[in-house]
Amino acid sequence: MTRKQRRLTMMAVAGSVLVVAAGLVLFALNDRIVFFNSPSDIAAGGAAPGERIRLGGLVEEDSVVRNDGSLVKFSITDTGSTVAVVFDGILPDLFREGQGVVTEGSLDANGLFVADTVLAKHDETYMPKEVADALREQGVWQGEGESATN
Amino acid sequence: MISELGHVALLLALALSCVQALVPLVGAQRGDARMMAVGSSTALGVFVFVSLAFAALTYAYLVSDFSVRNVWENSHSQKPFLFKFTGVWGNHEGSMLLWVGILTLFSALVALFGNNLPAQLKANVLAIQGWIATTFLLFVTLTSNPFERLFPAPFEGRDLNPILQDIGLAIHPPMLYLGYVGFSVAFSFAIAALISGRIDAAWARWVRPWTLTAWLFLTLGISMGSYWAYYELGWGGWWFWDPVENASFMPWLFGTALLHSAVVMEKRNALKIWTILLAILTFSMSLLGTFLVRSGVLTSVHTFASDPSRGVFILMILLLFIGGGLALFALRAGTLKQGGIFAPISREGALVLNNVLLTTAATTVLIGTLYPLALEALTGEKISVGPPYFNLTFGPLMLPLLLAMPFGPFLAWKRGDLKAVMQRLSWVLALAFVGLLTTFAVQTKTSIAAPFGVAAAVWLIFGALAELVDRARFFRVPLKTAFSRLFGLPRSAWGTTLAHAGMGITLLGIVGVSVYEREAVAVKQPGDTIELSGYTVTLEGIRPNSGPNYTEQVADLTVRRGGTVVAVLSPSKRLYQARNFPTTEAGIKTFGASQLYATLGDFDDKGGVVVRIYDKPLVLFIWIGTLFMGAGGVVSLTDRRLRVGAPKRAKPHAAAVPAE
Repeated sequence: MTRKQRRLTMMAVAGSVLVVAAGLVLFALNDRIVFFNSPSDIAAGGAAPGERIRLGGLVEEDSVVRNDGSLVKFSITDTGSTVAVVFDGILPDLFREGQGVVTEGSLDANGLFVADTVLAKHDETYMPKEVADALREQGVWQGEGESATN
Repeated sequence: MISELGHVALLLALALSCVQALVPLVGAQRGDARMMAVGSSTALGVFVFVSLAFAALTYAYLVSDFSVRNVWENSHSQKPFLFKFTGVWGNHEGSMLLWVGILTLFSALVALFGNNLPAQLKANVLAIQGWIATTFLLFVTLTSNPFERLFPAPFEGRDLNPILQDIGLAIHPPMLYLGYVGFSVAFSFAIAALISGRIDAAWARWVRPWTLTAWLFLTLGISMGSYWAYYELGWGGWWFWDPVENASFMPWLFGTALLHSAVVMEKRNALKIWTILLAILTFSMSLLGTFLVRSGVLTSVHTFASDPSRGVFILMILLLFIGGGLALFALRAGTLKQGGIFAPISREGALVLNNVLLTTAATTVLIGTLYPLALEALTGEKISVGPPYFNLTFGPLMLPLLLAMPFGPFLAWKRGDLKAVMQRLSWVLALAFVGLLTTFAVQTKTSIAAPFGVAAAVWLIFGALAELVDRARFFRVPLKTAFSRLFGLPRSAWGTTLAHAGMGITLLGIVGVSVYEREAVAVKQPGDTIELSGYTVTLEGIRPNSGPNYTEQVADLTVRRGGTVVAVLSPSKRLYQARNFPTTEAGIKTFGASQLYATLGDFDDKGGVVVRIYDKPLVLFIWIGTLFMGAGGVVSLTDRRLRVGAPKRAKPHAAAVPAE
């Protein structure tokens, strides 16, 4: 092999790896990302049933109902709209009524949000950034958002 | 008073650091030996003053001086001693001080152990380290002063976030920073080489021990962080593809690539320009990671201690060093001479493939981490990029790397013979096939992926061992000769084998826990049982307990297998009084490399509690593998070759080892 052929071989290998990677990235960014929705977005028909989304807002006061199993029902609100959520599993330590929360899952045909993940936050004064923004849109939240004290 | 002294020490360090950044640089340009020598003394001085500042802050924490705002915000008089100490870096200001402290430690080590470096190179390297230290000291003093006072002083502190009150905080951040920040040395060497326009195999020999040291600490730091999150957060997960995790993983991927390309440069005087670029990119990733974690732009499950107002400052630092480094690279790279030609099938070719795959994979991680930030900034659309993205992009790129890994060390330099290597690896391939069939036969859950995963792990582990077996000529010379040859092999060969086998062990753990994990969640009353993978778990009762600064409800779980008690698990729900902050403590029992992992959910009003139990087969291999990688790094560092004409030892406790 000449020097030129060697270089071409290397370029071809590197090039094909890059092409494959670029293809994967483009496909994954189209297909495997999850959009954030506030309850108002959902009320406005922002998400189709079955589509995987994140839903964030405040856990509505007096909305948490525990059944006999580990099934929990609660509502997420941005004070404009409210979405009922059902979750089977262990809630994070800092899950409380009136607190900001982000859940991941999908809407069922009846508009009930079936969550498989409830995101835990590590700080009791923490307000998830998306939730803070959503509440600001509703004119409720005045703070900076994402303001951890420590 | 001590705190004011600490603050003064910090300002003196800043002033001295400016001198370190300028005088040796000018000296190197003019060939003035006295000006160049200033680099070493100032580097040591800066380290001493930053250490004094750090000691002053530590003192304020240990005596619970709540007149210092930082101590008041993050400490409590009832906090156990260890956490008063580790709490020093469990917050933004202290964490940045640790960052700068480790940076200046590395500068001081270069000053101390770089006596055999050419004076000009050493002066330039220390000057660049001085630039980095100056900007970060400015950042600390201007935006993140840890010594700010409160008046009047409160009587009691607000306590450290309870999740951080764990031995993990003592280990993970210092290790991580030793890795992250350690790459600054490789960066400074690269910039110094670009400034002087001179770079050769000796340069690679000097850079390699520093890169290796940083890499091994980063490996262990990430791994310990992963284990900490695994047992402390109570979710039983070990990697979440969370932006903060990615922030540390990207420098690791680039650093791993750098480690391998530096080998080519050292042995064959090839890939020079690429190695320089990698050195710049690796530290750029460290800086980017610092920005992502410290600026508050991220929504993450792991971020503690962040403040958006500081983001702009770090962004400026980021632009200065990444932009400046790459601009200098673009200007000067052309002046570096290329050398060493090789065939595509050769050791060099294999290492190039390693580099292409690692850097491409790192780039996909980078895109996935930054895309949500960019999209939100441009369109306001909020998205999250999670495991589905990373599994789809990162996984397929890692696969060829893992499969090709055993070939690399077998290929000859310049021109290799793939067929001959395949013959030598044939018994490993056979073993991998046995592993595949065995897994198929014994698996309790039908999975196609897992047997192939196990086969790949066997391929990696034994493929790594095969190199030692082959080089010691086992089965070809008498056993005794083979053994003496084995122990006579260069330490770097042992290092390679350990690290590569470690990768296989980690893969085995990942496959085991991802595919065969089982989980049971249920509300249980005392006396109830849960069945999981042949274990019968009985909730014996729930009892209150109290620790130094918390109270807890502990559930006693007895685990039986075939009627005999094999374990008692005691997961608990804690409440830390100072912040009224609940945490979940997992109860874990280890069987070999597998673990039984129990956590508690909420208590109901009928005396029951949600109990979650995981059976996690082979999970410990994930971290055991990384220990092998770290051990590989340590063994390789002791290789004689690296000490000849190179810094004696790149480890902090080198002073205790007699010089050879």
